[in-house]
Amino acid sequence: MITFKNSLYATEGFALAINLHVNANQFCAVLGPSGAGKSTLLSLIAGFENLQSGSICLDGIEATQASPSQRPVSMVFQDYNAFGHLDLWTNVALGIAPNLKLDAAQLEAVDKALDSVGIASLARRKPFEISGGELQRVALARILVRNKPILVLDEPFAALDPGLRKDMLQLVLELQKTHRLTVLMVTHQPEEAKKIADKIIFIGDGKVSDAISTAAFFKSTDKAVARYLG
Amino acid sequence: MNKTYSLANKIALAGVAGAILLGVGPLFWFLIERTEANYFLFDRSLFAILLFTLKQAFLSSVISVGLGLAAARAMTRRKFWGKAFLLNLFAVPQSLPAIVAVLGFLSVFGNAGLLPGLINTYGLAGIIMVHVFFNLPLAMRLCLETLNGIAPETFRLSQQLAFSDLQLFRHVEWPVLASSLPRIFALIFLLCAASFIVVLTLGGPSATTLEVAIFQSLRMDFDVGRAFSLSVLQIALSLALIAVAGRALVHGAPRTSGIAAPRTDGRSWVARVFDCGALVVAALFVLPPMFAILVYGLPQIELSFELLKALGFSTLIGGMSAVLTVVLAWSLAKYLTPLNYVMTLSGFIVPPALLATGWFLLARNLSGSLWLAIVLVVALNSLMALPFAVAILSEGFKKMRLGHEELCAQLGLYGWNRFWRIDFPLMKTSTLQAVLLAFVFSLGDLTAVTLLGNLGLVTLPALLHQQMGHYRSQEAAGTALILAGLCFAVAALAQLMRGANDHV
Repeated sequence: MITFKNSLYATEGFALAINLHVNANQFCAVLGPSGAGKSTLLSLIAGFENLQSGSICLDGIEATQASPSQRPVSMVFQDYNAFGHLDLWTNVALGIAPNLKLDAAQLEAVDKALDSVGIASLARRKPFEISGGELQRVALARILVRNKPILVLDEPFAALDPGLRKDMLQLVLELQKTHRLTVLMVTHQPEEAKKIADKIIFIGDGKVSDAISTAAFFKSTDKAVARYLG
Repeated sequence: MNKTYSLANKIALAGVAGAILLGVGPLFWFLIERTEANYFLFDRSLFAILLFTLKQAFLSSVISVGLGLAAARAMTRRKFWGKAFLLNLFAVPQSLPAIVAVLGFLSVFGNAGLLPGLINTYGLAGIIMVHVFFNLPLAMRLCLETLNGIAPETFRLSQQLAFSDLQLFRHVEWPVLASSLPRIFALIFLLCAASFIVVLTLGGPSATTLEVAIFQSLRMDFDVGRAFSLSVLQIALSLALIAVAGRALVHGAPRTSGIAAPRTDGRSWVARVFDCGALVVAALFVLPPMFAILVYGLPQIELSFELLKALGFSTLIGGMSAVLTVVLAWSLAKYLTPLNYVMTLSGFIVPPALLATGWFLLARNLSGSLWLAIVLVVALNSLMALPFAVAILSEGFKKMRLGHEELCAQLGLYGWNRFWRIDFPLMKTSTLQAVLLAFVFSLGDLTAVTLLGNLGLVTLPALLHQQMGHYRSQEAAGTALILAGLCFAVAALAQLMRGANDHV
């Protein structure tokens, strides 16, 4: 569950007013024109940016001032989801304990997570030795071990080929279902959103309006939405 | 994200601030105690010194930047036999100690040199010549980095639009140069204004700068009031220049692939003559002193006990101050906030002579042990080498932080865990490079040893200075070559590591 109440984020020349409620266990696509603030919304949820006013409630807990590592959130970035000098296994294990002191069950959890995203055989490889698709699987494996109820993804598969992209989306969808995650994913492809998302969050004109059902969104007569969909 | 100061950063800041207070404090106390002293007195002689400081720094900077820019343009648009070799030769002065450059210059133009009587070696001309020897290659390198940062497509486009050489300069080169030239100029002006050893050895009563005058008023007359007045001028000058230079002091130009765009301009014979002339004149400033050091030094290399002992002291001091410099620089460079930036440059802002004298006053009661001298020289060296180490490390941190900052925050990687797992492994090369360059700096530094000279420590540059002073020119030539070779070798090693690390 994610709730923004009367929230305002502002920097020089940019302002975003947010009133948003997302129920738990939903898959939301975040749509909107370039520069509207899609990434900003995710950064606010993950705690990389802070609000000027208003409040954020995550998973039922007030989190407006919480640091990124205290929040019940995992974020997948478009790039740089792994430390280049550490192997994949270590990259995933850092999701459990920053000091890498793992007990037997945790060691097993890392192996299992790598296995469930299909990269168990690459565990000892370094990020520069694997493909872009495999690299994003590392990020997903780490999400599994971190076991946070909220997952936000910032155009995670934009750089992948169409086929691979479809596979990865399928994988995220499965993860969402089996682990009952609340997912927000930024995408530039309305068609993609139509296929997988329960709800759409549209950002435009400096405002984040509430999540609406996917079917309703694509029938919307709102001018900004119409202009965006073209 | 909020970037609060880590404990290590606070300790580094406190260390630098403490060192400055321990230097300035005792002198200030001394001044207050003696109310009859005429402190903060700005008389005519002070302004003559300020004027000379500005004059020599201005002329040195104009020649360095003017010729450096012309040479850099020639380098970007010309292909010629031996170009790479010439570029490498131009990189050498950066690693050479000031006293070695002075000797090289005197071996060419001095009374007993190759071309005696050509220019007046002592006074304004000599000081400018040696400053240009150091700073022309620096200006050329910074201009080259700026010009190489222009996208190759821009040159293809200007070819399509049939720009003349002049139009190309106006529309393509000048816009990027206009933003970086003032900073390059201010940086070199600052280095020349704060230059100590060159002015001390080649200057005279009518050719003295603020830094040297501060040293002399403390050392010869112990006129603390005058030293403070001079320091106020020097600090104001440094701060003004730092304000103009901005972050250029520790950032330099943006590093690009280093592969210059293929260029087809400059085909007219006027352009050819101009480029050729620029390179020849630049080479005449830079190459002869290096050549003289090599030619005079080679037959004189002799490992005497005196030399080995000095080498031992230099290595010890260089090693210790390299480690101290990099430990301090690490936490300052990580997030280069305005406070960290100013503290990094404190060795440039507060005249070292002031610090050295203050420390000496404090320590004189502790009896003059050799270890005390070593500790003080190491501390002063570290303070002066700090900007160079921070420059390298902050570049490394900037590269390393790409994307990692968010990931670390999300995973809760802080403090020791982050240092050990992430920062240190990724910063290994930059750190070692900074250690090597700080080592080179301290190895060749004569300023700290001269300022604290009454403590009886003879390092390699100090030995060279003694030999020059006693007209033992043959031994001096050998010592200079050994010192130059050592500095060059270590600096070259650091440079090689930079090349090897480019794929990370």
